[in-house]
Amino acid sequence: MEEMHKNVLDYVKREYLDDDQEIGLDSPLISSGIVDSFSMVSLKRFLEKKYSISIPDDKATPEAFDTVNKICVLVHEFNKK
Amino acid sequence: MAFSAKTKGAYQKQLSDIKEAGLFKEERFIHAPQAPDIEVEFPIGSSLKKVINICANNYLGLSSHPDVIKAAHEGLDHRGYGMSSVRFICGTQDIHRELEDRVTEFLGTEATILFPSCMDANAGVFEAVLTGDDVMISDRLVHASIIDGMRLCGAQHDTFKHSNMEHLESKLQEFADKRLRVVITDGVFSMDGDTAKLDEIVALAEKYDAMVFCDDSHASGFIGKTGRGTHEKCGVMGKMDIITTTFGKALGGASGGCVSGRKEIVEMCRQKARPYLFSNTIAPVIVSGVLKVLEILSASTERRDKLESNSEYWRKGLTEAGFIIKEGDTPIVPVMLFNAKLSQDISRTLYEDGVYAMGFFFPVVAKGQARIRTQLSAAHEKHHLDKALDAFTKAGKKFEILHKTKEEIIERYGM
Repeated sequence: MEEMHKNVLDYVKREYLDDDQEIGLDSPLISSGIVDSFSMVSLKRFLEKKYSISIPDDKATPEAFDTVNKICVLVHEFNKK
Repeated sequence: MAFSAKTKGAYQKQLSDIKEAGLFKEERFIHAPQAPDIEVEFPIGSSLKKVINICANNYLGLSSHPDVIKAAHEGLDHRGYGMSSVRFICGTQDIHRELEDRVTEFLGTEATILFPSCMDANAGVFEAVLTGDDVMISDRLVHASIIDGMRLCGAQHDTFKHSNMEHLESKLQEFADKRLRVVITDGVFSMDGDTAKLDEIVALAEKYDAMVFCDDSHASGFIGKTGRGTHEKCGVMGKMDIITTTFGKALGGASGGCVSGRKEIVEMCRQKARPYLFSNTIAPVIVSGVLKVLEILSASTERRDKLESNSEYWRKGLTEAGFIIKEGDTPIVPVMLFNAKLSQDISRTLYEDGVYAMGFFFPVVAKGQARIRTQLSAAHEKHHLDKALDAFTKAGKKFEILHKTKEEIIERYGM
């Protein structure tokens, strides 16, 4: 697992899951209700701070944030810019 | 034409999708005042059916109390039907001021301001007292009306895992640089029936210089030894900065709500809260009814004591029958079914057997967490509870869910 995937997965687990819950890199986060709309805002804030990027609001969609894998694709996109 | 065939078709498709998903809600028509025994028309046009109501917020049985009704009649006679005004123009009567003072005394705060509903109180308070330099840190299971109110506010927002004090503390540390911090919680959580750890929240708030907000709508009147609310139960009366609560549940069941707390907070609401500035004042008849309710509750704890013992009896009965219920000691007792259709099927079965309790499913609760939320009342007598327990047991046997684990129920019925 890439380090970014591990960091994002660890953050999501720590921030949103109870001790007895498990998720993977492709587990739905938003569509399953694990991460709600308010929590999406704090997740975006975490990513921007951690990776020194700025994600435009129109890119921070529920679809783009729905799995750890998709989140990492988005972060990579703005890491390069 | 604004409502074209295309527009109509789009809405019809959405409604059809809701039905297909098993999430469509239908109203039932009650031909009686609110009480444990009611007569219901359902489906529409059918003959009336006598049922036991076990899903009202009528916790203290005051919704149709003769003394409350008498006081409301007197209010109509002496102060009229409506004020046709918002509060600050010409919508404030002496009885509005009196009710604010009585609520302040009852809750043990510094001041109170009335709103047309607690939904309005929650919609208005955050925007009135917070700015973009501040942060709201809310429990993840706060009521929808609080979520709506927070959305209207320009302050930053974050959430903490439900009732998780370690997570809350980490958030308070994270936001130490904000101008103001406010921790936001329900007192009693409306879907799970558990109680906020207000004592621990207040301790953390004092440590990190944060205000504490609590919506006590499912607690005012009956939680705590004398029914003052969750803050009384948790030993933090006098330490709450902002309480919102409703008069539409235990406190009479009609309508109305309030913000109660620090006098500066209440005054900011009076100057700036939009529902207060732009919505009609509470009608005199409602104010008069609530004043009588507070008088009744201040004189005796008989009703909240009976509610407490009814709740214990009910919880014990359901557990012994083999249902999965959420742990707690409040009169909100969710019977967990997990599957939305199952919750509706059991609700329908209960109704056929003379018990009125509704299934709750997405989006009211999270997907896979469907339930029947039962709510006790001081007006329930033992025979009501025994008959309802029999009906629940019969339904549980019919659907083969008694003494089963969550996993077993989900395996059979899906999430």
